[in-house]
Amino acid sequence: MSSNVTLPVAKEFEPRIVAFFCNWCTYTAGDLAGAARLAYAPNMRVIRLMCSGRVDPEFVLAALRQGADGVLIGGCHPGDCHYREGNYKCLRRFQLLCKFLRQMGVEEQRVRLEWIAASEGDKVQKIANEMTAQLKLLGPLRLQITPRVNGRPRAAECPPAPTKGVAP
Amino acid sequence: MSKPKVGFYWCASCGGCEESVVDLAEAILDVTAAVDFVFFPVAMDFKRSDVEAMADGAMAACMINGAIRSSEQRAMAKLLRRKAQILIAYGACSHQGGIPGLANLFDRQSILQTVYRDTPSTVNPGDIRPEASTRIPHGEVELPVLDEQVKSLDQVVPVDYYIPGCAPPVQLLKDALAAILTGRLPPKGSVLAPDKALCEQCPRAPSKPDNLLIDQFKRPHLERIDPEKCLLAQGFLCLGPATRGGCGWACINANMPCTGCLGPVSRTRDYGGAAMSALASLVNSNDEAQIAAMLETIVDPAGTFYRYGLPASLLFARAGANADKGGHEP
Amino acid sequence: MIRQIHEPSRIGVYVCHCGMNIAAKVDVEDVRAFARSLPNVVVAKTYKFMCSDPGQEMIRKDIQEHDLNRVVVASCSPLLHEHTFRRACAAAGMNPFHLQMANIREQVSWVTPDCALATRKARALIHAAVRRVADHYPLAKERVNVHPAILVVGGGIAGIHAALVLANAGKKVYLVEREPSIGGHMAQLDKTFPTLDCSACILTPRMSQIRTHPNITLWTYAEIEEVAGFAGNFKVKVRHKPRYVKEELCVGCGECVSACVFKEGRVRDEFNQGLSKRKPIYMPFPQATPNVAVIDPQSCLKIMRGKCAMKCVEACPRAAIDFEQREEHTDIEVGAIILATGYRTFDARKIPEYGYGRFPNVYTMLEVERLVNAAGPTGGDITLRDGARPQTVGIIHCVGSRDRRHHPYCSNVCCMASLKMAHLVKERTGAEVFNFYIDMRATFKGYEEFYDQVLREGVQFIRGRVAEVTDWAIRPAEKGKLVIRVEDTLVGVVRRIPVDMVVLATAMEPQEDAAAVQRKFNISCSQDGFFLERHPKLGPVSTFSDGIFLAGVCQGPKDIPASVAQAGAAAAEALCLVDKGFVEIEPNTAFIDEAACSGCRTCIPLCPFQAITRDAVKGVAVINQALCKGCGTCVAACPSGAAGQNMFTDAQIYDEIEGVLADV
Ligand SMILES: Cc1cc2nc3c(=O)[nH]c(=O)nc-3n(C[C@H](O)[C@H](O)[C@H](O)COP(=O)(O)OP(=O)(O)OC[C@H]3O[C@@H](n4cnc5c(N)ncnc54)[C@H](O)[C@@H]3O)c2cc1C
Ligand code: SF4
Ligand code: SF4
Ligand code: SF4
Ligand code: SF4
Ligand code: FES
Repeated sequence: MSSNVTLPVAKEFEPRIVAFFCNWCTYTAGDLAGAARLAYAPNMRVIRLMCSGRVDPEFVLAALRQGADGVLIGGCHPGDCHYREGNYKCLRRFQLLCKFLRQMGVEEQRVRLEWIAASEGDKVQKIANEMTAQLKLLGPLRLQITPRVNGRPRAAECPPAPTKGVAP
Repeated sequence: MSKPKVGFYWCASCGGCEESVVDLAEAILDVTAAVDFVFFPVAMDFKRSDVEAMADGAMAACMINGAIRSSEQRAMAKLLRRKAQILIAYGACSHQGGIPGLANLFDRQSILQTVYRDTPSTVNPGDIRPEASTRIPHGEVELPVLDEQVKSLDQVVPVDYYIPGCAPPVQLLKDALAAILTGRLPPKGSVLAPDKALCEQCPRAPSKPDNLLIDQFKRPHLERIDPEKCLLAQGFLCLGPATRGGCGWACINANMPCTGCLGPVSRTRDYGGAAMSALASLVNSNDEAQIAAMLETIVDPAGTFYRYGLPASLLFARAGANADKGGHEP
Repeated sequence: MIRQIHEPSRIGVYVCHCGMNIAAKVDVEDVRAFARSLPNVVVAKTYKFMCSDPGQEMIRKDIQEHDLNRVVVASCSPLLHEHTFRRACAAAGMNPFHLQMANIREQVSWVTPDCALATRKARALIHAAVRRVADHYPLAKERVNVHPAILVVGGGIAGIHAALVLANAGKKVYLVEREPSIGGHMAQLDKTFPTLDCSACILTPRMSQIRTHPNITLWTYAEIEEVAGFAGNFKVKVRHKPRYVKEELCVGCGECVSACVFKEGRVRDEFNQGLSKRKPIYMPFPQATPNVAVIDPQSCLKIMRGKCAMKCVEACPRAAIDFEQREEHTDIEVGAIILATGYRTFDARKIPEYGYGRFPNVYTMLEVERLVNAAGPTGGDITLRDGARPQTVGIIHCVGSRDRRHHPYCSNVCCMASLKMAHLVKERTGAEVFNFYIDMRATFKGYEEFYDQVLREGVQFIRGRVAEVTDWAIRPAEKGKLVIRVEDTLVGVVRRIPVDMVVLATAMEPQEDAAAVQRKFNISCSQDGFFLERHPKLGPVSTFSDGIFLAGVCQGPKDIPASVAQAGAAAAEALCLVDKGFVEIEPNTAFIDEAACSGCRTCIPLCPFQAITRDAVKGVAVINQALCKGCGTCVAACPSGAAGQNMFTDAQIYDEIEGVLADV
């Protein structure tokens, strides 16, 4: 990224963790961790969604492809989802995705689903630290570099507007 | 006016795609009447040197089927790209990596070991392996080098259009040829097939309940399949909801669930991810252990959801130690 | 329907110092310069307090001067100030949904001790926000009319007060109480600290006001079965348990109770904490509201065995008894809900060393409240189980509270209640009273003075956590007594105090069904199990579910004055919502692109609110915007990419993913 300010480059491997937090429980817990000044590893970057039910396995795959060494999904405890059942849908997808990830050589510790209630600021701290430590031990996720992709857009650039059937 | 020149070449593929051209049946006569095949090694005797001799852009269109896995295939893809005005990835392997792409679950080394050493039928006491070049009394012979991973065509050269399917449905080929001949082609990068999933107008769709949740995933070879009812509603993993339509429900009509050969619609980033999201969401349980038990019958998610497209998927290939050697173009 | 963005983005980035809250850890100037270097960013500024008027004014001005069409504010959590900055954007004529916040306080400066690392993380989050905001498109909040009625759940003092405030303001109130009478714990108390007014005397008039108020519908012996809808438009199903006595006929004369085939009470009387027995048909307590008899199906012969002489039916002059009554349901619509479900007391058996349940003369404080009460089981005599008057009484504070094995929190009222009890016991029996405390907490108006008064009355205070209560006498003076063993931490010696009666000030804890209620109402609990307020300081009566408010001990231990104050606050918040007449709904609903939908129906069963149906003619799925609450579950599941979610489109999320992962 171009900037006129340069920061020191870390020597130790610093894993990158993308976290998808639901708005109602886990994101709030993150705020609480902040308000309580519970220091934790700076490796986790949170993306706020309304519910863990919004987490599409494609997001996880895209994050790994974009350079994440780990992905954390945080939702309300079972039974506590603000939308009643979103976290269960998330759980179902997560389990299948994990089976696939194991086949792809992505270790268990890299992609996690955690139930974190709004009051569990300490759990945000604990998981962020724990995951960072585990990923440091595992080292970077060594995905095969995708070959130059022609004609196929980057994930974020997929056409937002659907086109009609293009069969001539 | 001379007829437009057309080429047709195969890389890592099974030959089914050529078969699909033959499936044009009498329509092939119209095709040969309208175009000149200047390169079609499966059907006619052409040499690579014939292509090399052509001027760049000499072919109006060239279709390549099969995935790219060897130095030779890479070279041919580049050559044909230069010679063709329109390069079309033909069939699932070329489009997404196809069945050969599942080799990306393993590294090259272990594949060679299996083939040249471990399979029960292998007799290779000297553990002889293919070499890039070998001296023989008559001089030096060269063999293509196997790449570390399987790639789709567009991971090697720019591709203009895709004709999907394993093998591509005849109608899609006919439509594509008509479009090329009339010049009425959609924007480059398009897949020449409808951009809606197979469920749309599936003959079985009327029997698909609105509130379908799945209690048990069944495996087609172990159960009797009702020939009328929506396959997913019967518990068979039909990938129709995630797969581009355009095949004429070939598998469905043969009483088999869709396995996804036409690949995703244009709005999907990762075919398998989208399919997993949709199907796992329908698991009818909220209990962690029960969900796991229900997913047990999906024994091979990679082979199920990425059967035709592991190389084109976001992960591309199994992560691992030799990763960095990965998909670099040598 | 998926919006495409045509105009080129002109983004302004505003990095807040938040005093030193952010600036102490994040090099805001560095981050500003970094932001300015990002594509499409036309201005980037820092300011001490971005949320202040001048801060907002700066953003407003910039939007106009620099013709900005997107704004990123890097400051605190969007849950705190998103609306503030949206308003600022709107005031400058920009669509408020063209705003994105980067949370660099709660998620960065407050949790990252290292300045360089904090700065780097702040850059990443801002980078993501800049990427994402470019994908934003105009949206508008939708206004929905609010149903003017309000539901209050729980008829303790908190619920009663809230209901009366609202009813007096002219609002229709439904008060639902699960016991046969309202009153809650306050009805069980004798006197209330610190002023020692008689609890019944101040509570009863309010209970009868509830009964007679034209704006209040009181449903006792009823519970909430189901809650649907959202702020302003809740649909609630109330379940009425059969009391087998027609409420509209019964006048509470009690003839039935006297006539019951049981000559003596047989069943544990909950109101008296089991210190007395009642009959299968009973009046909950003398001032019960409504003053209507109830039949307990667990002990009534007619109901259990189908056979009984049914003397009660014979005796009732108004033919009010009705064994045919069945459970009934009522559906109501309300705009706001106040939860005032109170607490229960800690089960002292969980601390076996205090002997509760083992030694007859170990009581809980609530039991003694009943003993002191003139309408209680002993007519107000404080007596031991054998009827004798205690000569010495020991009151143990913090039983189950401030105890890591049980509840780490302070129950807040026990100190004062124990002082009150010490005073009452001394006044009524002349006994010598010992209070065993860890710390004395007498912090509100008049409390310290009351403590002083009790000290002067000669009550003895021993500082230390009691180790055990035993009947093992080792000295003659201990014979036949209960001995309280405690380390007196002020003197530093272990003492043994023989007493006749031990009173345990048991902790207040969440209702047994608090977790179930929390789920039903879609709110959260804090770690101690009490309902969680939206913000500990700034939203003490709100919850994370708009339109649902908290009052009384259900939110955390507190005394009556605090419960009443909170109830008033909750009532005011509810009034505010209802009187405004409309709610604005975040436009984060999902939608389906017909042209892309294959009609595969995957999404339909996933919606928790049944918002999705199939248009059979078009063969596509359709989302009812009024029912969709914006969870995004269907969007994640749609394998065709046909479903999208406003404010959380796939493109926005993918851009955010790329943004946070970029090298910054
Ligand atoms: C021994 C003792 C002595 C005390 N002495 C004093 C004192 O002297 N002075 C003082 O200020 N405070 C005193 N307190 C504290 C006082 O009891 C509380 O502050 C007060 O009663 C809290 O009122 P509330 O309405 O929040 O809860 P509660 O009184 O518990 O009322 C809750 C009501 O909600 C009902 N309810 C619960 N769940 C549901 C449901 N799901 N659906 C419908 N209804 C439901 C309950 O039946 C109950 O009627 C004392 C407490 C104790 C334990
Ligand atoms: S799930 Fe399969 S069988 Fe069912 S409607 Fe879709 S394509 Fe047809
Ligand atoms: S039904 Fe599916 S697997 Fe079969 S041909 Fe069509 S797209 Fe391919
Ligand atoms: S899941 Fe997607 S394609 Fe299928 S019915 Fe719903 S919106 Fe349409
Ligand atoms: S976003 Fe959630 S609430 Fe809205 S239609 Fe989809 S599943 Fe239903
Ligand atoms: S709202 Fe938290 S998981 Fe659904």
